[in-house]
Amino acid sequence: MTVQELPGAGASHRPTPPPAWRPRTDAAPLLPDAEPYRVLGTPAADRLDPALMRRCYAELVRGRRYNAQATALTKQGRLAVYPSTVGQEACEIAAAMVLEDQDWLFPSYRDTLAAVARGLDPVQALTLLRGDWHTGYDPREHRIAPLSTPLATQLPHAVGLAHAARLRGDEVVALAMVGDGGTSEGDFHEALNFAAVWQAPVVFLVQNNGFAISVPLAKQTAAPTLAHKAVGYGMPGRLVDGNDVAAMHEVLTEAVRRARAGGGPTLIEAVTYRMEAHTNADDATRYRGDAEVEAWKAHDPVDLLERELTSRGILDEAGIQEARDAAETMAAALREGMNADPVLDPMDLFAHVYAEQTDRLREQAALLRAELDAEGDA
Amino acid sequence: MTTVAAKAAGTGAKPATMAQALTRAMRDAMAEDPTVHVMGEDVGTLGGVFRITDGLAKEFGEDRCTDTPLAEAGILGAAVGMAMYGLRPVVEMQFDAFAYPAFEQLLSHVAKMRNRTRGAMPLPITIRVPYGGGIGGVEHHCDSSEAYYVATPGLHVVTPATVEDAYGLLRASIASDDPVVFLEPKRLYWSKADWSPQAPAAVPGIGKALVRRTGTSATLITYGPSLPVCLEAAEAAREEGWDLEVVDLRSLVPFDEETVVASVRRTGRAVVVHEAAGFGGPGAEIAARVTERCFHHLEAPVLRVTGFDIPYPPPMLEKHHLPGVDRILDAVARLQWEN
Repeated sequence: MTVQELPGAGASHRPTPPPAWRPRTDAAPLLPDAEPYRVLGTPAADRLDPALMRRCYAELVRGRRYNAQATALTKQGRLAVYPSTVGQEACEIAAAMVLEDQDWLFPSYRDTLAAVARGLDPVQALTLLRGDWHTGYDPREHRIAPLSTPLATQLPHAVGLAHAARLRGDEVVALAMVGDGGTSEGDFHEALNFAAVWQAPVVFLVQNNGFAISVPLAKQTAAPTLAHKAVGYGMPGRLVDGNDVAAMHEVLTEAVRRARAGGGPTLIEAVTYRMEAHTNADDATRYRGDAEVEAWKAHDPVDLLERELTSRGILDEAGIQEARDAAETMAAALREGMNADPVLDPMDLFAHVYAEQTDRLREQAALLRAELDAEGDA
Repeated sequence: MTTVAAKAAGTGAKPATMAQALTRAMRDAMAEDPTVHVMGEDVGTLGGVFRITDGLAKEFGEDRCTDTPLAEAGILGAAVGMAMYGLRPVVEMQFDAFAYPAFEQLLSHVAKMRNRTRGAMPLPITIRVPYGGGIGGVEHHCDSSEAYYVATPGLHVVTPATVEDAYGLLRASIASDDPVVFLEPKRLYWSKADWSPQAPAAVPGIGKALVRRTGTSATLITYGPSLPVCLEAAEAAREEGWDLEVVDLRSLVPFDEETVVASVRRTGRAVVVHEAAGFGGPGAEIAARVTERCFHHLEAPVLRVTGFDIPYPPPMLEKHHLPGVDRILDAVARLQWEN
């Protein structure tokens, strides 16, 4: 497959691709605001687009239902593990919504919801966590990189892909997601530095949900905010309320627009909270108190938007019910898909190691084949 | 003179170094395929600290031969993203021990991307790693790190020992749809041979060993920087009445078992020679496989002559560490195996 045949490539070919290295020329200020940017509950909400907000609401409700269903599936033993994004749905949904078809999403292991919101089949999105194969979809088809379990290692991939697209003259933006813990990893720093030096069209979205498994942000960093980290690399840092989907949508849209226009990368810190444990295998009561969790419940991303939209007459009972019904339909389909036992071919173990199987793998495949045949005969 | 004879024969062959052949391989690949991109620290304006990428930035522009920030995980990680978009990155790691920061990218992503996506997303990345000692380099500049690479499923690992293989194997690596760790024996960079890029001798693709010298008494199995040492040892062994066969593996993964096994079955004796530490080194795997498949043909145990199991020594002591002719001949003598 050549680059030109890739989905999303070539749609807007530039006669002269920009050089690999360019000095920063964008006038956007680097320093983040002192307080997270908010729209809901502020005068800025006067300019909300009703149609867009109704869509955001439906996606948030669906996302919340998706989280609940996936968590239930772990209790039924259908999923080995599920890292919940309850409380973080506004970040996940906004990240998916601001991207165009040719853009790429680079999710971390926690970001299945963002992948689903981008249009990935909910069952395909969960195969990694079910355990039948590591990636249940074709990344090129959906422009969604495999969910990355190693922390922050997918960020340099986003930079390389965005850089390559720009070299080919394609207006592709890569949006890479990482948690607060991931910002301590070396790959986070190398990716930000490469992106800034190359002025690559990348948006880094840090979901600061308070904890890296059990370690709180105060033990993760001494920086004033994670958004401040942008300054040292020479890219704008933005601090935003991660539970305010309108603010998330606005800030991400602006970062994507700047990236697409050649303005370079942006680092966005979304301040949010993980309402549930790290995964179903974690006990969050060991490291945080009920009072903290209760306080964040009052700042729930779904409720925030629902209150704003109903008080403004943008959303009514019928609209709420419609969103809930659509979410139930998704949940039922997900249950059905996950309750069907996947049919696995053990010989797949050897099928995708190399383009051409080595003698060694052929020999081992024959051994497994013989074992399977013996089991079949027994 | 060979050069005159070669010119007379019309092949255009003239003396060339391994370094020149490597440069030529990248140049030809870049000229033929616009998706081939060379990247790494110092590869552009400087042409690399060993000058292997010399002239590429000038000829193809800095977009095709790019000086990157100094960060190996970032270099390889960015190459992953570029390969995901359809490019063929050729990454330089400058020195063997400088590649270690990139190991998470290599092990967690480069080696696994094809597998985790069920073949949907192969990564055609070539990772050039100058490796090995014998150049008087200080600490962190002389590691033989091949054992780490060969122990990682999903990677191909190749290493040339001759000028013509340097060209042929690098072309094959860049053309491969799978990631290839291309180990460059840096002490052979300036080795010369009569060679013509216009008419490169057929170098079969990745995964083929070659009998460099035929013999009947025993087989020396080696690769990369140890090949010339083994050939020298084979010449010296003639005085002792030993007629040694020398097999150059060229590719560690895949390992050309058939060529090795056929040779050992002919000679009945084998010594594996490499610079990397012996314990857990490639020689252990090769000796095990040879024993499994040649047991009834063997007149003696398969022996190994390797670097010691020590961190790479300081340059003034490296001559004691590196497998030399005498140590190889001592092993050959032990192959007489009279209990």
